[in-house]
Amino acid sequence: MPAIGTPVRRREDYRFLTGQGTYTDDINRPGQLHAYMLRSPHANARLGAIDTSAAKSAPGVVAIFTGADIAADGIGGLPCGWLIHSKDGAPMKEPPHPVLAVERVRHVGDPVAVVIAESLAEARDAAEQIVVDYAVEPAVVDVADAVKPGAPQVWGDQAPGNVCYDWALGDLAAVDAAMARAARVVKLDLVNNRLVANAMEPRAAIGEFDRATGEYTLFTTSQNPHVIRLLMGAFVLHIPEAKLRVVAPDVGGGFGSKIFHYAEEAIVTWAAPRVRRPVKWTAERSESFMSDAQGRDHVTHVELGLDANAKFLALKVSTLANLGGYLSTFSTAVPTYLYATLCAGTYTTPAIYVETKAVFTNTVPVDAYRGAGRPEATYVVERIVDLAADELGMDPGELRRRNFIPADAFPYQTPVALQYDSGDYQTTLQMAQDAAGYSHFEARRAEASRRGKLRGIGIATYIEACGMAPSAVAGALGARAGLYESAAVRVHPTGSVTVLTGSHSHGQGHETTFSQLVADGLGIPIESVEIVHGDTNKMPFGMGTYGSRSLAVGGTAIVKAMDKVVAKGKKIAAHLLEASEADIEFKDGNFSVAGTDRSKSFGEVALTAYVPHNFPHEELEPGLDETAFYDPKNFTFPSGAYVAEVEIDPDTGQLTVINFTASDDFGRIINPMIVSGQVHGGLAQGIGQAVLEGCVYDKATGQLLTGSYNDYAMPRADDLPNFALSTHVTLCTHNPLGVKGCGEAGAIGAPAAIANAIVDALKGLGVRHVEMPATPEKLWRLIHQHQPRAAAE
Amino acid sequence: MQKTVSLTVNGKPASATVEGRTLLVQLLREHLGLTGTHVGCDTSQCGACVVHVNGEAVKSCTLLAIQAEGANVLTIEGVANGDTLHPMQEAFRDNHALQCGFCTPGMVMSALDLVKNNPDPSEREIREYLEGNLCRCTGYHNIVLGIKAGAAAMRGAAPATPAAE
Amino acid sequence: MYEFDYTRATSLDDASSKLSDADAKLVAGGMTLIPTLKLRLAKPSQLIDLGAIPSLRGISDDGGAIVIGAMTRHVEVNRSPVVRSGIPALAALAGMIGDPAVRNRGTIGGSIANNDPAADYPAAVVALNAVVRTNKREIAADSFFTGLFETALGEGEIVTGVRFPKVAQANYQKFKNPASRYAIVGVFVAKTPAGVRLAVTGAGACVFRVPAMEAALARSFTADAIKDIQIPDTDLNSDIHASAEYRAHLVNVMARRAVAACG
Repeated sequence: MPAIGTPVRRREDYRFLTGQGTYTDDINRPGQLHAYMLRSPHANARLGAIDTSAAKSAPGVVAIFTGADIAADGIGGLPCGWLIHSKDGAPMKEPPHPVLAVERVRHVGDPVAVVIAESLAEARDAAEQIVVDYAVEPAVVDVADAVKPGAPQVWGDQAPGNVCYDWALGDLAAVDAAMARAARVVKLDLVNNRLVANAMEPRAAIGEFDRATGEYTLFTTSQNPHVIRLLMGAFVLHIPEAKLRVVAPDVGGGFGSKIFHYAEEAIVTWAAPRVRRPVKWTAERSESFMSDAQGRDHVTHVELGLDANAKFLALKVSTLANLGGYLSTFSTAVPTYLYATLCAGTYTTPAIYVETKAVFTNTVPVDAYRGAGRPEATYVVERIVDLAADELGMDPGELRRRNFIPADAFPYQTPVALQYDSGDYQTTLQMAQDAAGYSHFEARRAEASRRGKLRGIGIATYIEACGMAPSAVAGALGARAGLYESAAVRVHPTGSVTVLTGSHSHGQGHETTFSQLVADGLGIPIESVEIVHGDTNKMPFGMGTYGSRSLAVGGTAIVKAMDKVVAKGKKIAAHLLEASEADIEFKDGNFSVAGTDRSKSFGEVALTAYVPHNFPHEELEPGLDETAFYDPKNFTFPSGAYVAEVEIDPDTGQLTVINFTASDDFGRIINPMIVSGQVHGGLAQGIGQAVLEGCVYDKATGQLLTGSYNDYAMPRADDLPNFALSTHVTLCTHNPLGVKGCGEAGAIGAPAAIANAIVDALKGLGVRHVEMPATPEKLWRLIHQHQPRAAAE
Repeated sequence: MQKTVSLTVNGKPASATVEGRTLLVQLLREHLGLTGTHVGCDTSQCGACVVHVNGEAVKSCTLLAIQAEGANVLTIEGVANGDTLHPMQEAFRDNHALQCGFCTPGMVMSALDLVKNNPDPSEREIREYLEGNLCRCTGYHNIVLGIKAGAAAMRGAAPATPAAE
Repeated sequence: MYEFDYTRATSLDDASSKLSDADAKLVAGGMTLIPTLKLRLAKPSQLIDLGAIPSLRGISDDGGAIVIGAMTRHVEVNRSPVVRSGIPALAALAGMIGDPAVRNRGTIGGSIANNDPAADYPAAVVALNAVVRTNKREIAADSFFTGLFETALGEGEIVTGVRFPKVAQANYQKFKNPASRYAIVGVFVAKTPAGVRLAVTGAGACVFRVPAMEAALARSFTADAIKDIQIPDTDLNSDIHASAEYRAHLVNVMARRAVAACG
C-alpha cells in the first residue's frame, strides 16, 4: 500500500508523548556553566562604563564579558543576509549588529553583558550587582514617527531619517496612467500589527570547546543549523566550518523566530574556550519577548483602481516597514521581495507598484514570522478588494471571481516578478463558500440580530510564494545565500535506509513525511527508513526549514537522491540479471527485466553493492549512497480561500469566531493529517493576529508594554472554533512531487478573512475598516461612535 | 538554605538537596533528570510544566520543591505503562494532537486531570479546561479531538489511572 | 528568585510568631506569591507555609452561612456540594479563577489577604457582606479591603476563614482580560437579607460598591432598573487592555447581566 497520501501516524510522537524528547534545555554537558544575559532596561541610551567589579566576586561567578571584550577579540557583528537597493540604486544602510552592545543600546532588551556562573541563580544574582552607566535619550517606536523630522535618530548619520532603504517594485508610470482612467479608485490606510512569535520552547544555546581536537560544538534551538554554522563561523567568530559543529536537537516550534543567528549563540560558543567549560543559556519567557525577532509592523496606504466593469486596473501600495533597532538575518527581504511580489494576489491586475520604506526604531529587531511578508501582502490586497466590493455594492465573492486569474491561464506571469505555475482559485473559493454556507448567511445575520448580536462573514483568497527559492533569482534580488536543499540517501548493506536531510523539523513531522516519500520511492517498508536531521556533522549542507519549503525543496532533494540510488541500482541489477540496463524496470521495490519475471529485490541489490563479489567493477564503484542538492526552478504557489464568520456583542465589543472554513490548494498531499495540522496551527496564529495579539511599546519611553503572557494575549483553546478544512489539488509543475507546501497558509490568509468578517458585521453602522487586533474595546468604541447614543442608553 | 526533599516520583522514592527557592520543575528536570516536564513561560500561564501532585494537576513552575516534601508526584514519564502508551497518549498520537511536542506533556497531564473529574467532557468543557495550557503549533483542534478520544477510550478500557498515582 | 528560608507553620500561633520577623511572608497556595518572587518583585528572607495547619481548611454550613477556611482551595469551593447548594454564585466564581491547575492550589485566604485589584473573591466578600475571620478578630467586609493590595490586616494577623451569609439570590459576571484572564471588570450582586449589595472588582484600585445601583435594585431588582446608571470613570484603572471609560461602561453591562442572571 503506498504511503504517500495516507495519514500515517507520526513516528516522532512516541518520544514527545512520553517526555523523552531532547530539547536544547534538556541537554546538560559535563561541567557546564550557566549564562545570564544582562539587558538594557532603556530603549535608547548611550552606553557608558559597565562596572562589573562587584559582580565578578559574587558567589559562583566564573566570568563576566561585555561588548568591549567581544570587540577586543575581533569578533564580528551579526550579519544580514539580504542586500536591498533603494530606488536610486544606493545599497541599503547596513549599520553593524554587535553581539553585545557597544556605545549605545537601541531597544529594551539589548544585551550589554553576559554573566557566567556555576548556577543560573548565581549568575542572575551577580548580574544585579553590575552597574551600567546609561545616558537615557528619547526613543522612537512607531515607523510613522520615526520618519518625521526631529525624530530620535536610531543610527545617527549611519541611517539619516532612520531610513534603511527606500525600495520599489513594479511600474509606477503604468499604475498612474491606469488610475487616471479608472472608473473608481478605492483607498485605504491600514496597519499590520507587530507580533511576537512565541514558540512554546524558549530559545536556548549551549557552547562547547574541545581543547583536544580544537572543535567547537553549539547546541541551539535553530530551524537551520548549517546556516548558523556558516554565519557564525564565517562572519562572527571566524572559526573554520570544519571545526564547528552545530546541532539543533528537538526544537519546540519556530515559526521563523528560530531561523536567525542570534547573539546568544555566538556568545556561548565564544565564551566556552575562555572559561574552559561548556556554557549554557536558556531564555526566560519575558526575555524572549525582548530578544526574539518580532514580526510584521507595517503601515500601508493602498489604492485600487477599477474599470466600469469592476475589473482591477491597477494597485498602488506604499508601506513603511519597521526593522527595529538592528538588522536581523532575513529582515530586509521580508517587506520587499517576500511582500511586493505577492501583491498581484490571485488576480489579473495588470499594473502594480509597491514601494517600501524600511525604518529603524528603538524596538526589538523585526524579521520573518510565519508567512513573512505574505500575510502583510494578503491583508493589504484582500482588504482593499473587500472595500471595493463594499463601495460598488457587489458581493465580495463575485468581485473576486470577476478578477481571478482563470484556471486555464497558467503559467501566469504577474506584473510583480513572479510566474505562478498552477492554480484554480474559482474552485477553492466555491468549495469554501459552499462549506461555510455562505449563501444562507443573511438568515444567520438576522437571527443573531434578534439576539442583539452583530454577525459578519468575510472572505479572503490568498496566494503565497513558497518553496524558497531558486538561488539565481534570490541572488539577483540581493540574497547573500543560496536556497537549495540537500539530501543523502544512504542505503545500508541489509537494505534499510538512512536519509540525511538538510531540512529540520520543529514540529512538521518530517521524520514521518519524508519516510513516506522514501518508503514509496524505494518500495521498502516505512519502518526500514530512518530520517536524520539537525546535526551539521552528519548531513550535507542544508538551508533548513522555513518558507514552507521542506517538502517542495527538501523532499525533492530526497527524490533526486533516490533517483540516483535507483539509477545505480539498475546498473547493479542489470549485471546480476545479465540483462542490459535499458531493460531494467524498478517498481514496488523490485528491479526486473522488462517483460519477464526475472527480478532482484532492493535488498539484494543493496547487499550486492556492499558485498560486491558479483559486480561490474569496471563501470561502477561499490556502495549505494547518493547525495543530491536541489535548487528549485521556481517558487511554489499554494493558494486558497478562507471564509470566517464572527459574532460581536455590541454591549462589550467581545468578538467570537463562530466558525472558520478553509479550502486550500497545496498541490499533492503526502500526509493529509499533517497538512491539516499545519493549517490549524496557521489559522490559530492568523486569528490571533486579527483578534488578540499585538506587541505594544510605550510611545514615550519605548518600554515593552506587552512583555509577558499577562499582557500579550495568546490564543487559547476557548478562543478558537473547530476548523472546517478541505483541499483541492493542482499540481506544482516544476518539482517531481507536485507539492506546493502548506506550513504558512493559515497565518497568511486568516487575518484578512477575519478582518473582512468584522467589517461585514459592522458595515450597517458605516464602519469601513477595523485595525487589528480587534479588541473588545476597539470594537465597542467603533460601534459606540457609529450609533447615536440615545439618552435612554 | 539547603534542604533535602524526599518525595515519591512516578511511583519511586526520590530525593534531592535543594535551596528554598528551587522550584518543583527544577527539582524534576535538573536534580532527577526528568526533562519531560518543560518550562515555557515565567508567569504561570503556559502549562508546559503541569504535573500531578497527590493526584491533582499542578503547575510545577509555581510550586517550591520543598512544598512537595512527602508528596506523590506523577510526571509525563510515569504515564505510560512500560512501553505501552496510556490510552490518552495513544489518542493524542492517533489524532495528531501534537506537532513540536513541547506543550504536550503538560497537555496530557491536564487532560488526565480533566477526565478524572469529568469522564465524558464536551468539546466546550475541554476547551475551557485548557485555559491554562498554551499551544502554538496545533491550533487546539486536534488536541480537543485527542482528549475526547482519550476520554472515550478510558471509559471503555480497564483502570485508566496511571499505576504511579 | 532571591533565596529565603522556608518553614511550615505547625499552628496559627507558630505562624503568627514567625511573622513578627519583618521580612517574613506567609505562603498559602503560592499562586500569587511565587510568580511575584520569580519576577524578583519581593525579597522576603523567610517564607512561612500555612499548608500544614488543619484548622485552616474546611467548608461548613452553620445554617445561616457558609464558612470557608482560609486555606480552602478554589477547586474545593467550586466543587463543594455545600457551597453549590448554599451560595451557588460563590461556587461559580471560584470556578472562574485562574485555570484548573491554579485552582488546585490557590486559596481564598491568600486571595483576599493579597487584595489584587483584579481578583474575584473580594467582589464576593463585599457583595455577600461576609465576615473575615482572623487569628485576632472578625472584620466586616466593608472594612476589610482598604486600598491597592492593602487590607485591614495588622501585624501578625492571619486570615483564618470567611463566613458568607446565605442570600436569596446572587450572581457574578466577569469580563476577562484576554491575556491574563484576570477580571477587567467583575460584578457580584447579591440580594442579602439587609438589602441589595453590588460590588465591583477589576475596575478600580480596590473593590468598591455602587450605592446608586444598590438603591435602584432595592426598589426593583431588575436589569432595567440600573440600565441608566453609569459610574464615573475617574479613578478607574486604565491600561492597554481597557481604558477607564470602557471599564465604567462594562460595570453597567456586567451589573445588568448579573442581575438578569439571578433569575
